[in-house]
Amino acid sequence: MSDVTTVVVGWSPDEFGEAALDRGVEEARLRGGRVVVVNATRGDALVDDRYADEEQLARLTDELSASGLEVDVRRSMGADVGDQVLAVADDVSADLVVIGLRRRSPVGKLLMGSVAQRILLGADCAVLAVKPAG
Amino acid sequence: MDNLGLLMDGFASVLTPENLLYAVIGVLLGTFVGVLPGIGPAMAVALLLPVTYGLEPISAFIMFAGIYYGGMYGGSTTAILLNTPGESASVMTALEGNRMARAGRAAQALATAAIGSFVAGTIGTLLVVFFAPALASVAVEIGAPSYFALMVLAMVMVTSVLGGSPLRGFIALFLGLTIGLVGLDLNTGQSRLSFDQPLLADRIDVVVVAVGIFALGEALWVAAHLRRSPAHVIPVGRPWMSGADLKRSWGPWLRGTAYGFPFGALPAGGAEIPTFLSYITEKRIAARKGRDEFGQGAIEGVAGPEAANNASAAGTFVPLLALGLPVTATSAVMLAALQGYGIEPGPGLMTDQPELVWALLASLLIGNVLLLVLNLPLAPVWAKLLRIPRPQLYAGILFFAALGAYAANLQAFDLFLLLLLGLLGLMMRRFALPVLPLILGVILGPLMEFRLREAMAISGGDVSALWSEPLAIVIYVVVSIAVVAPFAVRRLRPTPASVAAAAEDESLMTDDTQTEEKVR
Repeated sequence: MSDVTTVVVGWSPDEFGEAALDRGVEEARLRGGRVVVVNATRGDALVDDRYADEEQLARLTDELSASGLEVDVRRSMGADVGDQVLAVADDVSADLVVIGLRRRSPVGKLLMGSVAQRILLGADCAVLAVKPAG
Repeated sequence: MDNLGLLMDGFASVLTPENLLYAVIGVLLGTFVGVLPGIGPAMAVALLLPVTYGLEPISAFIMFAGIYYGGMYGGSTTAILLNTPGESASVMTALEGNRMARAGRAAQALATAAIGSFVAGTIGTLLVVFFAPALASVAVEIGAPSYFALMVLAMVMVTSVLGGSPLRGFIALFLGLTIGLVGLDLNTGQSRLSFDQPLLADRIDVVVVAVGIFALGEALWVAAHLRRSPAHVIPVGRPWMSGADLKRSWGPWLRGTAYGFPFGALPAGGAEIPTFLSYITEKRIAARKGRDEFGQGAIEGVAGPEAANNASAAGTFVPLLALGLPVTATSAVMLAALQGYGIEPGPGLMTDQPELVWALLASLLIGNVLLLVLNLPLAPVWAKLLRIPRPQLYAGILFFAALGAYAANLQAFDLFLLLLLGLLGLMMRRFALPVLPLILGVILGPLMEFRLREAMAISGGDVSALWSEPLAIVIYVVVSIAVVAPFAVRRLRPTPASVAAAAEDESLMTDDTQTEEKVR
C-alpha cells in the first residue's frame, strides 16, 4: 500500500544523522507521508558510537512524536550498514531515502568504504544526501 | 640487606636505554591487550614467545613483565568505562567502577585504579624481593617427592579452587597433561601418543599449544560470535583525583594489597578470591562508618579490589621464581619462555640465574612506574581501542599466531597442529572449560613427570616413597582439603561470581554485554 509517501532516513546519533532526520521530516511533511528511521551497525566492534543507546533512542522517539508524523524506528545489525538501509527502503517501498553525508578523503574512502556511496548506487528510489550546517 | 644490593644490581642491568625501551613496549602492549576483552597478557606473551629466539633473556623478560602488569591495568579500564570486565579479576572493579563512571566520576575511578595498582604492585614486588629468595633457599633442600607433591598442589589448587566448576577444571587439566605427554619419553626414548608420526615424536612445541589455545581458539570463538550489539563507552578525560578521594582510597589500597599478595604467593593463585574479599571488607567498613556509597559508585569499591588484583599478580612471582611453579596462565607461558632459553625453572633459579631474576624484579618495579606515568595521560587513547573492528584485530592476531607457530620449528606440520589446537580452544570456550589448567598441564606435566621418575629411581620403584617426607604428607593433606573444601564451602556460602551476578541484576542494566572470561 504505497499510497502514502514513505521517506527512509539513515540516522545515527550525531550531526550527520540529525541533518538527515531534519530534512527527512521536512520532506515527509511536504509530501504528507511517513518517516521510517533506520539506525544500523556492523556490530563487529565493542563500541560503536553511531549505534544509538537506549537514552538516545528515547530522545529520538520523543522528537519524532512531537513532529506529529507517522514514524517507525528500526535498528539492525549486519555486515554492511548501507545494505541494511537499502533493505529497509525495499521493505517499505520507499519513495525517498535521506542520508547525511560526511567528508572523506579518497584514501579514507578506499580504506573505510562508503555507506553513502553504497546507498546512492544501490537504491531503487531517489536519494537525498544532506550535509550538516556549518 | 643483601637482597636490596642484588636488587640494585638488577636496576643497573635494566636501566639501559635498550632495556627501558623493551619495558615501555611491554607496558604499552600489555595495556593494549588488557583493554581489549578476550585477549590478555597470556596470549600476548604466547604470541611473543618467538622473539625469545633473537632476544637476550633479560630483555625478553623485561618486556614480558611489562605485559603482565600492563594487562592487569588495562583490564580495569575496560571494566570501568564499559562495564565489561576484561578478566575475572576485574569483575569486582566493574561493579563500583562502572557506577562511578556513570555518575560522571570515571576520571576518579581510573585514577584510583591506576594509583592503587601502582601502590599494590610496588609493595607486592618488594615483598617478592624479600620472600622469594628466602623461600628458594629453603626449597633447594626439598626432595623430589615433596617437589612432586607441590606440583600436584599447584595443579589441584588452580583447577578446583579457581573457576566455577572443578569437573570442567579437571577435564581441562587432563587434556593438558595428555598434550604434554605426546612425543618421545625424555628418560627412555620411547615414543608416546605419537601415532607413528615422526613429527609428533618430536613433542609438541609449547609455543604451538599456547598460541593455538589462546590466539587461534579465541579468534575462532570471536568469529563464531562476530556481531554483537555494540556498547557505548563512557567518555573520559585525563584521570585525576581530589585529596578527599585520595583519603578514601589509601586504606582500601593497603588492605587490598594485604589480601592480594598472600593469595598470589600461595600456590592458590588467582585474584578472584582476594578481590572479592577486599570488596566485601570495604563495603563493611564503609557501612560501619555510615558512608556506604556501595551500589552508587563507591571509590573504595574500586580502590580495594584493584589493589588486591595487582598485589596477587605480584605475589604469583614468589612461587614462579622460588619454586618454578606458575599459577596463572601468563606466568605459565613465561615459564615456557624460560625453558626456551634452556634455563631450568625451580628452586635453583635464584642461585643459577641471579642476574636474570633480579633484573626481572627490578623491571617489575620500573614497569609499575612506567604504567603510572604513561597510562594516566593515555586513558582516553586506550578507550579508543575499543572501536577497533573485530575482523581487523583478529586478522592481525592470526597473522602473528601463524608466524609464531611456524617460527618455532620452521615446519608446516606445526601449522596443522596449530589449527587442531585452535579448534580444541574453540571447543573449550564453547563448553566453558577453563584454559589455565590446560596450559598448566602442558607446561608442568613434563616437569612433574621428571620429579616423579626421580623419586621412583631413588626408591627403586617403591611408590610409598612419594609420601616418605613429612612435607609431602602435609601437602597431600592440604590437597585433599582443597579438593573437598570447595564442595563444602559452596553449600554454605555463595561464590564470588554469583554475588557479582546478583549485584549486577540489582543495578538497572539493560545492555547485554557479556562477562567474558579472560585468562591472565
